[in-house]
Amino acid sequence: MSLIMSRRDLDFLLHEWLDTGALLQRDRFAEHSRETVDAILDLAELVATADFAPHNRAADLAEPRFDGTTVHVLPGVGPALRAFADAGFLVATADASAGGAQLPISVFSACMAWFQAANAATSGYPLLTMAAANLIRAHGTPEQVLRFADPMAEGRFFGTMALSEPQAGSSLADITTRAERQDDGTYRLFGRKMWISGGDHELAETIVHLVLARTPDAPPGTRGISLFLVPKHLVDPDGRVGERNDVVLAGINHKMGFRGTVNTAPVLGDGAFTPDGRPGAVGYLLGAEQRGLPIMFSMMNEARIGVGLCATGLGYTGYLKSLAYARERTQGRPVGAAPGGPQVPLVEHPDVRRMLLAQKSYVEGALALILFASRLADDAETLPDPQGRQEASSLLGLLTPIAKSWPSQWCVAANDLAIQVMGGAGYTRDHDVEQHYRDNRLNPIHEGTHGIQALDLLGRKVLLDHGAALGRLVARIEATAARARGADQAGTTPADAGGPALADLLTSTTRDLVATTAALGALGDPAATMADATAYLEAFGHVVVGWLWLEQWLAAHGRQGPFYEGKRAAATFFLTRELPRVGPMLALLRAADRLTLDLDPDVL
Amino acid sequence: MREVDSETMKIVVCVKQVPDSWAEKTLRPSDNTLDRESVDAVMNELDEYAVEEALRLQEAQGGEVVVLSMGPSQATDTIRKALSMGADAGVHVVDDGLHGSDAVATSLALAKAIEAQGADLVIFGSESTDARMSVVPAMVAERLGLPQLTFSSSVAVDGGTVRTNRVTEYGYDVVEAPLPALVSVVEKINEPRYPSFKGIMAAKKKPVQTLGLADLGVAAGEVGLGAAWSVVAEAAARPPKAKGTIVADDGSGGVAIADYLSAQKFI
Repeated sequence: MSLIMSRRDLDFLLHEWLDTGALLQRDRFAEHSRETVDAILDLAELVATADFAPHNRAADLAEPRFDGTTVHVLPGVGPALRAFADAGFLVATADASAGGAQLPISVFSACMAWFQAANAATSGYPLLTMAAANLIRAHGTPEQVLRFADPMAEGRFFGTMALSEPQAGSSLADITTRAERQDDGTYRLFGRKMWISGGDHELAETIVHLVLARTPDAPPGTRGISLFLVPKHLVDPDGRVGERNDVVLAGINHKMGFRGTVNTAPVLGDGAFTPDGRPGAVGYLLGAEQRGLPIMFSMMNEARIGVGLCATGLGYTGYLKSLAYARERTQGRPVGAAPGGPQVPLVEHPDVRRMLLAQKSYVEGALALILFASRLADDAETLPDPQGRQEASSLLGLLTPIAKSWPSQWCVAANDLAIQVMGGAGYTRDHDVEQHYRDNRLNPIHEGTHGIQALDLLGRKVLLDHGAALGRLVARIEATAARARGADQAGTTPADAGGPALADLLTSTTRDLVATTAALGALGDPAATMADATAYLEAFGHVVVGWLWLEQWLAAHGRQGPFYEGKRAAATFFLTRELPRVGPMLALLRAADRLTLDLDPDVL
Repeated sequence: MREVDSETMKIVVCVKQVPDSWAEKTLRPSDNTLDRESVDAVMNELDEYAVEEALRLQEAQGGEVVVLSMGPSQATDTIRKALSMGADAGVHVVDDGLHGSDAVATSLALAKAIEAQGADLVIFGSESTDARMSVVPAMVAERLGLPQLTFSSSVAVDGGTVRTNRVTEYGYDVVEAPLPALVSVVEKINEPRYPSFKGIMAAKKKPVQTLGLADLGVAAGEVGLGAAWSVVAEAAARPPKAKGTIVADDGSGGVAIADYLSAQKFI
């Protein structure tokens, strides 16, 4: 049995819960069937196991090295990425007309769970490349697609997303990189970027940076930002990689985890190279001037779900590894057992089982959340009726901050528990779980921090929307609860007969959330409404995952065997022990507590 | 010697579905045959090298690659895998009457199926991970009257001739035979490719022919458990590992160890 990911769980979620068979009936997926989906998941497991997992620790111990000119990464990374590209994963979901396989996004997410769990850092390179290529395909000119996106689809060029600057991370409105229009329609860029993953390496023929910058006459704030395509090397119209562009590194960042993905501080237009005889990084406008941020954010759903998936993969593999350890390692005796008797495996102790069940409820809940969000992305594109597509799209928008933040919080908590289960061994570098924890700690930070997700959820997705999408979510939750109440009471075990009780726990908390939302909206003071948005985000996330656990409980209902008993136990754990954490958070929000809002920074 | 046009050369690769090499295997209590239901099934690892070699020969000089498997209905998964690696067509020999066939009976059914295909070159993996006898390729060659070039670490076809390096204890022999011929390969020969998305999607549309005993002209009495030359009369699970002997060393430990080794006839 693999310790990277659970194929059994992926099959359960895709087929026994999400009815992927029905999805495959849609025109876009006509070339696919259960058979191809199974074979593609086999392939993901094979490449992840044989090419990604083996250098995961080595890449952590020997992090990328910058020699002042070039970044050198571990030798195992290049062949792994070649195998990934050759298998076809880079264009898995792309249109057939672009050489793609038109795989459903939900099935692709299941594939990526293998790669993320096997080696999150190496997975970072193709993910950035795919996101950049998709963006060029969606918003670039046909010539830009041909010159840049097509080589990226083949794995010849890699991509980056260059948004942040040393003085502007979360606050993109304050970026200062300058883009000067040239007579020939190109631009020259000048400025500094920061936290740019994959910003330099020798894994590809060249690197295509997608760079946010301002044109000289642009208005201040986010509305003045444009998006540029800035390659490390100039590329001839016939696709040949030529002269070096004026993009170099000031240095690389040395991180706590995720070390295999090089993180860089690029400098544009400092004159280190002089394309066409003069300084300035040559850039090409993507879309229209001053439309950069909306274009960049058109890929944000995908990128944020990708972060949630990475967190999930790391949490999941940590769970499997700590579980295997707890089954093997003997330590201590049960309470009441005679001293001197045989020691029992760790898993025999209830407190260890608590830590394992908590992990299970977090990582399997997170995987369900990610595959559900991915299915919504499929539905938003391929449902036959426009209203269905619109509803899926709005629900996906609402759940995107949850899909990003919930796994980033709770799968780090799972990694924390994996270390705890393994005790001193878990804290050593002889075992993987400490690395998973360090790697995973990035996920609440990048692609919009935890706090930014909270502002997005409460401010934009709930209140600006006047609760419309929230209303649709609540209707779905109530429908699930009604099905659970009506589920056949003659269950196979007591846990299988507990549907009504679990449904009541979920609906009462959901109604509490709705009432709290209304109270926050009625405060009349935006600063007060948003002050504890993170508590709102976390409460909301637990309600959503509680709902998805009840959905899983229903999918397992009436089925026998350890796998289904495990689903029922984890659903019961989450709804009876985790969901109640939400009550005090919602009470705090309703009380419009001003402690942090009014706190004088000087007293800290 | 038959002159083979390389562009129309037909290569038949025999593949076997086996229980996952790493899984614990059990026998079915009813007839002491392998319980295939309780373990994951995979393509025999050496057969992946055989498929790879066939595909490389085809890529170098054209022709057709047909993958042949005898096994229960689920063996189609293994045929599909070979097709998704790039083989052109599949033949599945499946019949309840084949259940429990030994190597002799298996070689008969395979030989009949290969004969029907009219192969110029037949490629096998040199052994399967479940039976590990390495006799089926030789038996099939004998039945078909083909030259057998076994344990090959390289295969080259030139016109009507196949030349292989045959691995031996001291190195390798260079062996040559006219086509049609039968080759078995060892794992040194190549690095099997992964399937790809394109291969997986294309495999769906490739033809897989299903043949039963009647189609092959094999009588039920010639194959299956009843025709097997050996019978598994009884089987018992390996006893659990016994607790080791612990000797407390009070100065006589060395003697105790020597006594133990002597009792086990090690010294």
